[in-house]
Amino acid sequence: MSDPITYIQAITDAMAEEMRRDESVYCLGQDIGTYGGAFRATKGFLDEFGRSRCLDTPLSETAILGAAVGSAMMGMRPVAEMQFADFITNGFNMLVNFAAKSYYRWGAKVPMVVRLPTGGGTRGGPFHSTNPEAWFTRVPGLKVVTPATVRDAKGLMKAAIRDDNPVLYLEHKFLYRRIKDVMPAEEFEVEIGRARMVSEGDDVTLVTYGSMAYYAEKMLDQIEAEDGISIELIDLRSLLPLDEETILNSVRKTNRVVILHEDTKNGGLGGEIAARISEFAFEHLDAPIRRVASLDTPVPHAPQLEDAFMPQPEDIRAAILETATY
Amino acid sequence: MAKKRTKKKAASRTARTKGAAKKKRPAKKAPAQKKAKKKPARKPVAKKVTKKKATTKNAKRPAKKKTAKKKGTPATDAGLAKYKPEFLLGLYRDMLRTRATDDRLEALYKQGKLVAGCYSSRGQEGCSVGSTAALKPVDVIGPMIRNLGSILRHGIPPGMVFRNYLGRATGPTKGRDGSSHFGALEHNMIGPISMLASLIPVCAGAALAFQMRGEKRVALTWIGDGGSNVGDFHEGLNFAGVMKLPLVLVLENNQYAYSTPIEYQTAAKNFACRAEGYGIPGVTVDGNDILAMYEVTKAAVDRARRGQGPTLIEAITMRMRGHAIHDDAGYVPPELFAKWEKRDPILLFKRRLKRAKLLNKKLDDQIHAEVTAEIEAATEDAIAQPLPIGGISELHEVYA
Repeated sequence: MSDPITYIQAITDAMAEEMRRDESVYCLGQDIGTYGGAFRATKGFLDEFGRSRCLDTPLSETAILGAAVGSAMMGMRPVAEMQFADFITNGFNMLVNFAAKSYYRWGAKVPMVVRLPTGGGTRGGPFHSTNPEAWFTRVPGLKVVTPATVRDAKGLMKAAIRDDNPVLYLEHKFLYRRIKDVMPAEEFEVEIGRARMVSEGDDVTLVTYGSMAYYAEKMLDQIEAEDGISIELIDLRSLLPLDEETILNSVRKTNRVVILHEDTKNGGLGGEIAARISEFAFEHLDAPIRRVASLDTPVPHAPQLEDAFMPQPEDIRAAILETATY
Repeated sequence: MAKKRTKKKAASRTARTKGAAKKKRPAKKAPAQKKAKKKPARKPVAKKVTKKKATTKNAKRPAKKKTAKKKGTPATDAGLAKYKPEFLLGLYRDMLRTRATDDRLEALYKQGKLVAGCYSSRGQEGCSVGSTAALKPVDVIGPMIRNLGSILRHGIPPGMVFRNYLGRATGPTKGRDGSSHFGALEHNMIGPISMLASLIPVCAGAALAFQMRGEKRVALTWIGDGGSNVGDFHEGLNFAGVMKLPLVLVLENNQYAYSTPIEYQTAAKNFACRAEGYGIPGVTVDGNDILAMYEVTKAAVDRARRGQGPTLIEAITMRMRGHAIHDDAGYVPPELFAKWEKRDPILLFKRRLKRAKLLNKKLDDQIHAEVTAEIEAATEDAIAQPLPIGGISELHEVYA
């Protein structure tokens, strides 16, 4: 058995293993070569793979994503790093218009991965804490994944690199070095489009992903012990395509559901999930669908403000209690 | 075309390659037309030029081939004498194919048979065909809406264009996109999107793939005077310059972006000078002189293929229709159209071929007949193709 590794190490390992396996895989981004990346996800890549497969690019998000698209069309498998997910706004057109639509329009495969260091809880403020998923989960042609465990971090990265479509890989900065796990010795990948059933339960379905899956999992035992509520916890991990079947099956079983995400509420993915539940499982519901999400403001900087902005354990617990006892 | 073609100049061709010619932009209302040139060219300008000299200022133009001195050739046109007649006639034919396709599409549009708009490249055939002629089949093109000539020259059958404009199920986008908005990787063509200049970073990415794999391939793409003001232009060219990518960008300055003239697009004295900001060569050429267009692009493509990085080529030309056929271009002064009508790239080249005795009426008629037959056949074939069926599964094919 090997030593446990961190979430970010899992990302690093997955990329390195894929680069060893397949010469068409390469990384590009700002400060990823000499410096090893702002979060050191590509540390050591320059030495092992050389400058041509670990490209330090100009500070140019559109150029990075455009180069990824063009090289992918020519048969490469780029893994592009945005230094922070927030900066994807500068490359929005390249993703939603070029990368996402080319296969549908004229059959061009665009096998590329865009790594997006995502999320708050790190006091990064309005421009370094964004949860960008809802900007993209409504774009046909893209895939959006977000691992909440070390194992999924590795397995989803492998699947993303091997996928023939543009995949946005949302890696939560808060989890980078906070969680560790031992990886299976054998090769594995995690299928995109399948949710992870964290724990089966009978009373309330809790649908979540990303950092909130991490928080929620830690609360399960306490809620069960103190409140006597058995929670079925679903970590979506693939936001587009969405594993609708797992969600609906669970709701049909528990008849109650809370949707939780760190992204802001208005227009967040939770709204889409709630809509599908009410569209396809309405008659199974014994309580209103409840959403727990961040406040509809930019992500604030000071700890007191950011904590108030993001869902806290007591908010989650209260929502579950209300739903369970409705 | 850089016509330094007095006979004495023809004799000393190698000597003159380094002098920068003077450039002048043919038409234009913008104030500062001429480019400042820093190179002390020797006797900068070809003296007896007809009305326009194109002028390329490419500092590192490769030394020219030593040309066998064709003493015996007609004393007419040393510029043409360098090339095989079939090459020259091929350029001519491809311009005719382009115009015939444009004309046919325009007619279909006016008959209400196209699904949506019709974007004519009339007047710009020299830019597209001439630049694309500098490529090998393995090279990649990223054509814009007015590069029909590039598409046809690079080997894409005109039928694909017609089928796409007509929204046919058997077209390259199966009716999912229109006009010349399609790609065809089997023909080394990357399709554009409507957001201008996005092709520049994408084609830089194609060039990056070639560079990484050690392939001697080049990517060629185009942009307009308007589109060159989108940020992607800057990011793409800068990236290509830093990485020394085998990318060539032709900026077709056709005087108008939709209704907006170039003086409202840039305060710079021209577009080619932007190259300096990226540390790459910037060249200006008469885009209506197909041979000049070819030569300048060829030098840039060769340079790219040698690993010396990208080049920006500003081709001066004129859009002879509105932005699309629905637009009557009433904002363009009639005198400007009249002036450029005389500089029609097909007309200019045809005259030149005739003077050099490479083309006569009989051959011209024959080429026209062949082109007409080809384009008519492509049209008929496209019209006969099935329309898409609006099935749900078809619409959901978003993932590879």
